[in-house]
Amino acid sequence: MKYKDYYGVLGVDRDATTEAIKKAYRKLAHKYHPDVSKDPDGEEKFKAVAEAYETLKDPEKRSAYDQLGRHAPGENFRPPPDWNQQHGDSQFSFDDADLADLFAGMSSGRHPGGGHIRMPGQDYDVSTRISLQDACNGSEVELSLSMPEPDAQGRLHRVPRTFKVRIPKGATDGQRLRLAGRGGKGLNGGRDGDLYLNITLHPHPLFRVNGHDLYLDLPLTPWEAVLGASIEVPTLSGIVRLKVPPNTQSGQQMRLSGRGLAKAQGNAGDLFAIAQILIPAAASDVERGLFEQLAKASTFNPRERLQQEIKNAL
Amino acid sequence: MPSEHAEPVWLTDDHALSAAELAEMSGMSEAELRELVDYGAVTPIDSEATPWMFTGRCLLAVRTACRLRISFDLEPHGVALIVSLLERIHGLESQLGSLRAQLPRHPG
Repeated sequence: MKYKDYYGVLGVDRDATTEAIKKAYRKLAHKYHPDVSKDPDGEEKFKAVAEAYETLKDPEKRSAYDQLGRHAPGENFRPPPDWNQQHGDSQFSFDDADLADLFAGMSSGRHPGGGHIRMPGQDYDVSTRISLQDACNGSEVELSLSMPEPDAQGRLHRVPRTFKVRIPKGATDGQRLRLAGRGGKGLNGGRDGDLYLNITLHPHPLFRVNGHDLYLDLPLTPWEAVLGASIEVPTLSGIVRLKVPPNTQSGQQMRLSGRGLAKAQGNAGDLFAIAQILIPAAASDVERGLFEQLAKASTFNPRERLQQEIKNAL
Repeated sequence: MPSEHAEPVWLTDDHALSAAELAEMSGMSEAELRELVDYGAVTPIDSEATPWMFTGRCLLAVRTACRLRISFDLEPHGVALIVSLLERIHGLESQLGSLRAQLPRHPG
């Protein structure tokens, strides 16, 4: 079994008071708790902190932990010969178990009445990232987890488990799937835990996602915006032609109905093409000449409202 | 190592759960769940109807409540307050994401 330095994880001395341990835990939990932290590695860090606190806050467990001796974090070790009789379960297997399972086993067996209480299995939260195409068509992902499981004698072992999960079509960013009973095994007849899958989408070079709707920038020339045009537009299911109406303003959204992400109910979100009127980075002499003609001929004043507001303010 | 096939369920507004199911899945007791409803942290689909039913998305909020209660040793009112604030943050993040999606990227 690999040693973990619980005091080091919490950043406290080995003779710290229970109050100091609690304070250190709260500070770190506030920093790393996955529900409040923005740290991408927060969940893993919080698990280590919570595991350390779970053992050190309980005087009996802390004393048992202290009697394991001092080792380097990650070092393979075996408890002293009489440790198991004093603290643990004499049946406990040290070879393929985690230190956390050893102390979790101590609390599950300790309760008034002498029998074994039903302990529900642990829930697991896993994230997976899929492409927009996979979200539309449905996909299958393979998840590998290591979970503590009791054998026939009730001894906990770390068991690798692999799940093939079919993600039905209709996924979008941040959606969750629940896989009932696919978490940790329950103890003494307790129900098995669940597996929660958090789905995120890979960023796409063209499309931005909002729920099941997609947004695409559609660059237009000033004359396409004024005169209207028929333009090829990419969608997730191939190229379509979009009729840009005359007098299209910059920022105007043109909806391509049902061309967004597929929804679980069978319909689909929409694709919005956002008009973006661009001018040449360096106008040629001909273009420049034509714009000069336009400037002389046009009476268009884009600042009419602004000028009115300025007048009102003065 | 053999792999297991698993059938998932979406946790969306279309998926309804009873209070008993919600309690069992989240690890909260039904009494604690009632307190979360009383403090406005989670809302049944129809609060007049009996028994209460909740959307699948509520399970996420209640699981969060359960995790916070255990991790920070909080009493129900404190949990409800944090869950309400987190829901507001998620709502604002979602609005921000929606607005960002509609903002054009740099032209060219």
